[in-house]
Amino acid sequence: MDETVSRTAASAAAPAIEVRDLSIGYGDRIVLHDLNFRIEPGQIVTILGGSGCGKSTLLKHIIGLHAPLKGDILINGRSIVHANEEQKRSIMSEFGVAYQGGALFRSLSLAENIALPMEELTTWSRQEIRKRVSEKLALVHLDGYESYMPSDLSGGMIKRAAFARALALDPKLLFFDEPSAGLDPLTSDMLDNVILEIREKTGATIMMVTHELPSIFRVSDRVIMLSAETKSIVDDGSPAWLRDHGATDYVRSFLSRGGTFLSSTTESGAPDGVPAP
Amino acid sequence: MIKKLVDRLIHCGETIYQLKEETVSLIAFLGDMAAAIWECILHPKRLRWKDFLFYMNNCGPDGLPITIMINALMGVVLAYQAEVQSHKYGADNFLPMVIGCTILRELGPLMVAIVATGRNGSAFAAEIGTMKISEELDALRTMGIRPARFLVVPKMWAMLLMLPLLTVIGDCVGCAGGYLVLSSEIGMPLDVFLRLTRQGVAVKYFFEGILKSFVFAGIITTVGCWRGFRTGNDAIAVGRSTTSAVVISILFIVLADTFLAKMFTVFYGWQG
Repeated sequence: MDETVSRTAASAAAPAIEVRDLSIGYGDRIVLHDLNFRIEPGQIVTILGGSGCGKSTLLKHIIGLHAPLKGDILINGRSIVHANEEQKRSIMSEFGVAYQGGALFRSLSLAENIALPMEELTTWSRQEIRKRVSEKLALVHLDGYESYMPSDLSGGMIKRAAFARALALDPKLLFFDEPSAGLDPLTSDMLDNVILEIREKTGATIMMVTHELPSIFRVSDRVIMLSAETKSIVDDGSPAWLRDHGATDYVRSFLSRGGTFLSSTTESGAPDGVPAP
Repeated sequence: MIKKLVDRLIHCGETIYQLKEETVSLIAFLGDMAAAIWECILHPKRLRWKDFLFYMNNCGPDGLPITIMINALMGVVLAYQAEVQSHKYGADNFLPMVIGCTILRELGPLMVAIVATGRNGSAFAAEIGTMKISEELDALRTMGIRPARFLVVPKMWAMLLMLPLLTVIGDCVGCAGGYLVLSSEIGMPLDVFLRLTRQGVAVKYFFEGILKSFVFAGIITTVGCWRGFRTGNDAIAVGRSTTSAVVISILFIVLADTFLAKMFTVFYGWQG
């Protein structure tokens, strides 16, 4: 992909996510300020930064769990900041979130967990729901585990199950919080494949927060880099571009620590650090 | 000296501010819960029936053995204490009335509620608190599901149904415990005990206790769930929530009991 296009990452189409003059924090403590960015439909975007720079906090604000100090967040053109409770629930039902620890309901089986949003928010028949649950589980390679309880699953399986639940209503927008944190390299690889497969099959926009540089280089079209020092975005572009031409030494050194992982692939022409399938 | 005074004033101010925050959060929670309950009344299909049955079993049959034991022992203790005093004045015939009235109006509902607070109120707080820490509450919110409807309403209906039933059983075993003492200590026959109880204890006292148990059920569920939702994010937060759920519930139960006792006394006064 052309570097300039990759860096600006803007198009005429309505953005899936638009953040305008956003400042977030807790009480008097400002975590990030004056953030502005747009995420176009179909992109896989990673929010990256050092520990404590506010990545997860930003994600929680974007998905409407916290109110910002200032600014606005538009999801598919609708403000989640200024929405009332009913409107907020409606916006939230349009996206899927996979949390860091999976956040599966421990009193429900795997199938019940994935069926929950379908039962609660749709009028689909039981048969239809069963069919869709099987499809989602197959997508994350967990078919056959329907009756398992979350406590019977490994960390990687829980993450995949969380992906399946996030996909339950076929959202066009997905948020993943640390999808491969704490997993072994092989399981992490498998999750990367799942993310790419989800995008390929559903065309969803994916925003994720992660520290795993190999994963970032493998799946991300674009990285938004945050800094705890300036409390703002320090750079924005494709992973390979940031590694080679990042705005500061910090950005370049941060990404080059894991950037060599796929350097040969990106140099060979695969777009934005995403390897050819 | 002045520094100590200033520190105390600051601490006092912080406590008042915290109290205000907690009060606001309780009011917000009550509103959210009321909206969720109303939603389930209008659309019964939205009630999580499976969870409702689970909590009914959890609040009712599972708590039966401990409720029976505690209430029977309360009846025994009450009868022993009352018998020692009344025997001095030759007032043994009043004992069935004293035991009946005390258990039906006060001890029965109160002891059942305290046992339920320890068993269920703390469990509600721990369950919801753990869910909060593991981001399950966030997951519910981002699915567009109102957590109060999902988590509080089944517990509330189960508790409102089971606590009065446990109170009826608690009343019966409490009176039976009292009778065992009177039978063994002063040789009171069962028919005499029953006759004196019927003469001294009005049916309205039984209903007074049942009405109290409905109020206590509401308090236990509300406080337990509210504390669960207010759980912090640190390692000891769940422990703190369960402790506060039990302490605050018992405080509110005793306050409600005091208010209801006065209310019923005034009401009976009007009745003559």
